[in-house]
Amino acid sequence: MRIRKLIPGVDANLLIKDAGKLMQDPMRRSFLRGAASLGALAFLTGCDIIDGDAAEGVLRKISELIDGAQAALVSRTKLAPTLKESDITRPFPFNAYYTEDEAPAVDPATYRLEVSGLVDNKKPWTLDELHALPEVSQITRHVCVEGWSAIGSWQGAQLSEFLKRIGADTRAKYIWFKCAEGYTNTIDMPTALHPQTQMTFKFDNKILPRAYGFPMKIRMPTKLGYKNPKYVVAMEVTNTDHGGYWENQGYNWFGGL
Amino acid sequence: MTAETMTASQDAPIHPGWVRICHWINALAILVMIGSGWQIFNASPLFDFTFPRSIALGQWLGGAIQWHFAAMWVLVINGAVYVTLGIVTGRFRRKLLPIYPRDVVADAKAALTFKLAHDDLAHYNAVQKLLYAGVIIVAVIVVLSGLAIWKPVQFQELTALFGGYDFARYVHFAAMAAIVSFLVVHVALALIVPKSIRAMIAGR
Repeated sequence: MRIRKLIPGVDANLLIKDAGKLMQDPMRRSFLRGAASLGALAFLTGCDIIDGDAAEGVLRKISELIDGAQAALVSRTKLAPTLKESDITRPFPFNAYYTEDEAPAVDPATYRLEVSGLVDNKKPWTLDELHALPEVSQITRHVCVEGWSAIGSWQGAQLSEFLKRIGADTRAKYIWFKCAEGYTNTIDMPTALHPQTQMTFKFDNKILPRAYGFPMKIRMPTKLGYKNPKYVVAMEVTNTDHGGYWENQGYNWFGGL
Repeated sequence: MTAETMTASQDAPIHPGWVRICHWINALAILVMIGSGWQIFNASPLFDFTFPRSIALGQWLGGAIQWHFAAMWVLVINGAVYVTLGIVTGRFRRKLLPIYPRDVVADAKAALTFKLAHDDLAHYNAVQKLLYAGVIIVAVIVVLSGLAIWKPVQFQELTALFGGYDFARYVHFAAMAAIVSFLVVHVALALIVPKSIRAMIAGR
């Protein structure tokens, strides 16, 4: 299948191939076995560290330690730099582990944002109700874990404002998001309460197109792209870490910029 | 007295223990950083090529990042120990300074015509001084530009100093390329003068 080149310098075929590989657990679990192919490390052959599962375990442990260190060392209230209208990347790239025509098409009429967990009011929200929340706007840089970045303009409501309205227990540790296509993501409460963390309904002052996550994405300019879920249909305020689509496969949980 | 002094100086290793330990820890860490960095580069190449998967580390982006961010701590902590001791003990000043351009030119010529002496491994010629001092500076740049692209919000001033997020990626790549170029020369010359490898392992 020919996939349109979406971002200059990014091989979409390679990207999809990389992602596709992740679907199969045995493949994923073997991702470190090939590590021994680095000639310079060849002298370590026979050592446990090259064994796929063991190495994956060790590296994941280190990744978790880094999460701890990151959470302790970095400021979680620091604002991401905001940019000018003229800085916006046009066209802003579509990016997912599937192609654009496979992106979920959510029906706005029947859409309800499900709210659960440690909140006072679990009433589902219609799109009209969400759109009536006070609007904030930001032009910030979206940074992908792959290395590329793009600048976008997002409008919506502060997540902290929404959490206040549903009576969320903000002493809880996490917010978990579920998306229409099955994508999931967990973020820490300090990030949820960050002033730039936004329930986004518009891109460049127009209702989010399907490619950018209609009807709602969660925009966090302090986090890598994979921590910014699109097509969000449910959220849970929780003390249990439910992980996330990419995090469960090895991307750093914190993903902070 | 003179004989005693000579014995003492002969007993003193060419490279003190901390230099040798830091050198080999750094060697391992930098190879992991380069190999995993190539795999990370492949996810969104800055140029019209990718690194062959067979020489890249980590199999896929997520694996490569785990290697990169694990070795990063080793590289930075070991590098900080090395640079601190290098300055505090006066080794950098003694071994690497001063560097005069005319000496560099003369020694480079001598090296290219195979007339450069290697009798005293404890003494660096001007080309070595330049390359060793240079690679230490490049190492500082590679770490700082890496921080700038890893944490462009937390260290936004640093990222701005490197010309913004996108330009900082090119700086990080260029610093890697400089280190790899250094390594090619460094390893080739070490193989040509094997006693230098012995000196870096055994100290003499």
